[in-house]
Amino acid sequence: MSSATIVSLPDQSTARIPKVNFLTKENGLLSWLLTGDHKRIAVLYLISITFFFFIGGALAGLIRLQLLTPQADLLATDTYNKVFTMHGVIMVFLFLVPSVPATIGNFVIPMMVGAKDLALPKINLLSWYLYVIGGILVIYTMVSGGVDTGWTFTTPLSTHFSNTNVVSTGIAVFIAGFSSIFTGLNFIVTIHKMRCPGMTWFRLPLFVWSHYAASILMVLGTPVLAITLVLLVLERTVGIGVFDPAKGGDPLLFQHLFWFYSHPAVYIMILPGMGVISEVISTFSRKRVFGYTAVAFSSVAIAVFGFFVWAHHMFIMGISNYAVLVFSLLTMLVAVPSAIKIFNWAFTLYKGSITFETPMLYAFGFMGLFTIGGMTGVFLGASGTDIQLTETYFIVAHFHFVMVGGMLMAFLSGVHFWWPKITGRMYPEKISQMAAVVTFIGFNLTFFPQFILGTLGMPRRYASYPPEFQVLNVFSTAGASILGVGYLLPVLYLTWSLRYGKIAGDNPWQATGLEWQTQSPPLTENFTRIPIMDHEAYDYDWLERQKAKEVASVG
Amino acid sequence: MSDSPVIAHGRLETASDEHPSYQRHHFESVEQQADTTNFAMWLFLLTEVMFFGGLFTAYLILRNWYYPAFVEGSHQLNIFWGTANTSVLITSSFTMAMGVWCAETRRKNALVLCLVLTFVLGLVFLGIKGIEYHEKWVKHHVPGLNYSAESFLNPASDHEVYAEYHDKPLMPDMAAKTELYFFLYFAMTGMHALHMIIGIGILAFMIFRARAGAYTNGHVTFVENFGLYWHFVDIIWIFLFPLLYLISRHQ
Repeated sequence: MSSATIVSLPDQSTARIPKVNFLTKENGLLSWLLTGDHKRIAVLYLISITFFFFIGGALAGLIRLQLLTPQADLLATDTYNKVFTMHGVIMVFLFLVPSVPATIGNFVIPMMVGAKDLALPKINLLSWYLYVIGGILVIYTMVSGGVDTGWTFTTPLSTHFSNTNVVSTGIAVFIAGFSSIFTGLNFIVTIHKMRCPGMTWFRLPLFVWSHYAASILMVLGTPVLAITLVLLVLERTVGIGVFDPAKGGDPLLFQHLFWFYSHPAVYIMILPGMGVISEVISTFSRKRVFGYTAVAFSSVAIAVFGFFVWAHHMFIMGISNYAVLVFSLLTMLVAVPSAIKIFNWAFTLYKGSITFETPMLYAFGFMGLFTIGGMTGVFLGASGTDIQLTETYFIVAHFHFVMVGGMLMAFLSGVHFWWPKITGRMYPEKISQMAAVVTFIGFNLTFFPQFILGTLGMPRRYASYPPEFQVLNVFSTAGASILGVGYLLPVLYLTWSLRYGKIAGDNPWQATGLEWQTQSPPLTENFTRIPIMDHEAYDYDWLERQKAKEVASVG
Repeated sequence: MSDSPVIAHGRLETASDEHPSYQRHHFESVEQQADTTNFAMWLFLLTEVMFFGGLFTAYLILRNWYYPAFVEGSHQLNIFWGTANTSVLITSSFTMAMGVWCAETRRKNALVLCLVLTFVLGLVFLGIKGIEYHEKWVKHHVPGLNYSAESFLNPASDHEVYAEYHDKPLMPDMAAKTELYFFLYFAMTGMHALHMIIGIGILAFMIFRARAGAYTNGHVTFVENFGLYWHFVDIIWIFLFPLLYLISRHQ
């Protein structure tokens, strides 16, 4: 690893955190709970999703502990069902969907487009409250006995056979869904209408493009999930039969409606992460992202294709062979824009001045693990292999490579990257690099064995398994404990850095985004005066000229 | 919200700059603000289209499967009240559109009148809907609560409808599917009525504000956007009415 670094911090003996910033502007709990400031709402979101991440993570720990031995000896089998269901519900709806957009996106998108705030600050706050209400309902569900249908609420299990709290979970997800609709709506409106003078569409950072694409999915997909859950809850409470075959309803209709949202939802989860990677890769290789336009449009292409592949979750559910053929083909098409991104990032690295700060290490982790996750997705898109592998641990490994190896790595990369902007202080570099490496090792040890288990035929969702699978499961559980350490470390040292971290200054990474051209932490209104964008995105020469100008004028 | 930093700051700024009081601090101009909220409203209506889209999909698929049950089910709907309600709703859309015009041309009293008319017509719609729901309850056509397929197993028992349509008895398994029809009827019109109730609530708030002259000072965005919402709810009904009441009625 090279010791070279691009980090340029101000002289620590004289540097101070600016006295007036969005954190110090007003004090007291109410000033936070009634805020309209997108940066404060982002911080509120960051705290709440971290809370739910660790609840979901603890449940994952229970799952792995149970699977250490072939028998169901730690948890009763029905408890195990509830544990993996709650893990799924919390991680998908309360962590992954809002992870990057509601925290980092909320914080930096208005600054990146040169605006004082998101277009609709009250709606933004409302979105956080809806999230919190959804979260409280999920906790209520968990405390009052849990739910055991899997996060997919598969009918008729969820409507007739389960005697657990499907209704409260359904309402919770419905409410959390509206929080995501409002976030997406706010982003689209902001990106369309709030750009500063000179900020054309093709001068926007790619982070903004990927959030735009993800927002389209949130706005168009989530309402369909909402109405599906309404029907599900009515079916359970009033006893109607839209999904109940005994009454003439169609369980497959539920699958179509559910996956019409929930497949695009995986792109809601991954696209914002891809935006983070574009920023980080460019900054730490000091180059404009290779093929900017292609990367920008590939985000939109993922959003468009993403709406036409949902039935690949249903290859074994009795849809027609022709539907399987078409959806299989379309699924493979989605791999193309994803590959465009990976190749363009690789070309950005080529002949760049690469340095290995923590965000970059996480970004490398993302590129490797997302590629494996994406490629195995192509295996599963091919209906022949899918019929063999579906409902096995291969699926579990595949989506954890994309969601944990991809999105979580991107989230951590982004949190480290923008931490100095959010707090005004640097995180400790050495230990965080170590955390990134530990996470990478722990992740691979946890989930790679699950690919092998899947191909050997170990089914998912069971508390027990044949003894010959134990060795690989022990590896996986061991990896999970390493992974747990990897996730605990950032919480500890980031909290530490709030008080003891080095003063970061305006632009510690020498990055080009507009958010870096203002003080850290920023003012409540972001800029002292509205910026005028007179250069392309990722223009490092422009940054050099700016610095030269500053030196000349000060000198 | 009043003590949020953004707004507090906005107030400070408006005191010194000559921004109108209704311009929020983070917008550069009133035009940008109007443009932005208008765009946001259209996007919100798009999410509503997707929301109702799920229901319409379920309806169309199940209608295709159980065509006879859905046809005979639709015979039970009261076409007189349905038509009356359609005209009530269209009239309310007209008064709402007039309201927007009054706000734009700064006619305060006319605006209040239009909003009150819209409000009343909205209530009339809900009242008629209530009459129809009550009729379903009396005939045991409320799925899940008091459902009976008697009118479809033995159509002659239902004299009024039989006199008009001469429905043939359905086989018991097909007759059972009429419950699905009525469930979708209640889900779709109920979801529509819920949107009406929310709209009427907002209308009451707007009447209250309009009397104080809130929308006749040149800042009409709120009235305009609410108008969009109201017309949207109207359009949903324009699709529901033929789907539930009219198509294939005379086959």
